[in-house]
Amino acid sequence: MNLDFERIMPSLPYILEGIPMTLKVVAVAAVIGIVLGIVLSLMKISRMKPLKWIADFYTSIFRGTPLVLQLMLIYFGSPQLFGVQIDAFEAAFLSFGLNSAAYISEVIRGGINAVDKGQREAALALGVPYSSMMLSIILPQAFKNILPALMNEFITLTKESAIVTTIGLADIMRRSYIVGGETYKFFEPILFAGLIYYVMVMILTVIGKLVEGRMKRSD
Amino acid sequence: MIKVDNLHKSYGKLDVLKGINTSIKEGEVVAVIGPSGSGKSTFLRCLNLLEQPTSGQIWIKETDITDKKANIMKVRENVGMVFQHFHLFPHKTVLDNLTYAPMKVKGLSKQEAQKQGRELLKKVGLADKEKQYPNKLSGGQKQRVAIARALAMNPDVMLFDEPTSALDPEMVKEVLAVMKDLVHTGMTMVIVTHEMGFAREVADRILFLDGGNLVEDAPPSEFFSSPKSQRAQEFLEKVL
Repeated sequence: MNLDFERIMPSLPYILEGIPMTLKVVAVAAVIGIVLGIVLSLMKISRMKPLKWIADFYTSIFRGTPLVLQLMLIYFGSPQLFGVQIDAFEAAFLSFGLNSAAYISEVIRGGINAVDKGQREAALALGVPYSSMMLSIILPQAFKNILPALMNEFITLTKESAIVTTIGLADIMRRSYIVGGETYKFFEPILFAGLIYYVMVMILTVIGKLVEGRMKRSD
Repeated sequence: MIKVDNLHKSYGKLDVLKGINTSIKEGEVVAVIGPSGSGKSTFLRCLNLLEQPTSGQIWIKETDITDKKANIMKVRENVGMVFQHFHLFPHKTVLDNLTYAPMKVKGLSKQEAQKQGRELLKKVGLADKEKQYPNKLSGGQKQRVAIARALAMNPDVMLFDEPTSALDPEMVKEVLAVMKDLVHTGMTMVIVTHEMGFAREVADRILFLDGGNLVEDAPPSEFFSSPKSQRAQEFLEKVL
């Protein structure tokens, strides 16, 4: 295997500059995913059936079609959907956020159901209103249990963000591909991109472990 | 204080409570006893609407809590409950367990809530545990914290749902001692229990439930020495 990094050396900073773009997409998508995921999970456990149906339908759509298709629908369909052409970055965080919310809502729903029923009763017996009970009693306990699954989702999100390449967003993947085109050497820049993704995921893994450790205080 | 009128509760075809009528005066201590499946826990849980009665009325003070317009949250604020399995909030420290609801529901400031919480912890003999998490406590300690947590809301009535049934025998005493102290403060208490000795000692009245019916309602001296119904006689023969 003869690797020649010399020729792509001058282009490495260009690839590295894609990191902020990837991080921005992942971060915004993660926030949308969590917030919308919590809302959807609460709808799923709601006693009002229509809310449950809406949330279940939402999940089935976003889990039932490819992510790259959702990305393209939102990006290319935006003039018809929203009346304006949104830019690639907006399309990216929107589609990833909406998609992740579907998966995260299932994870959170499972987490809420796993919290001892007595916790709910204890809070109710003290006169604590539903919203406070969810936010400060049930969800914190649910999150502790589902943290590994959530980290998994964020790791997936980080890696899957590479498909924004298809709508021309200059992330790590796209940039390494461009460098390949310019130097006629694809193996090395893409290998380099792979290393960047790997390091990012490792960092996420460490952060996840730290948070998990912190949450174990009460054990 | 509490008036229960023709209280029914059923789950589908299963009738758990078949028309309970009773009333409990302010400061009265009532022990609810009976074989398992007799509906005593369900009865207790109806008193703070953790179970929605199928029919019948329950008045607490002047409020008909079964009225659709009644503010359930307000009712629960004034009715403390202690569970068999404690149900402390595991992600909060002991002191935070005691301050959470008073701050959230009653709007107490953190200082006020903590001051009150510390006083209550002292009362149940756990002043040194305020920074601990519940998982570090023994069963008896957990239940004492749970009692303090309920008291922190300053309730008019305290409900106890088999408070010592999940405890190791040597820890039963410490919890009963705390409850006895509470009796002496004049708190209105409804206690579902299997501790016959305790019921006999502290209760003003015994409610004996069997098969969803209130079979006997008598002072302990009368109930334990000369139960009227055959069902109560059989029950006492088995447990005493």
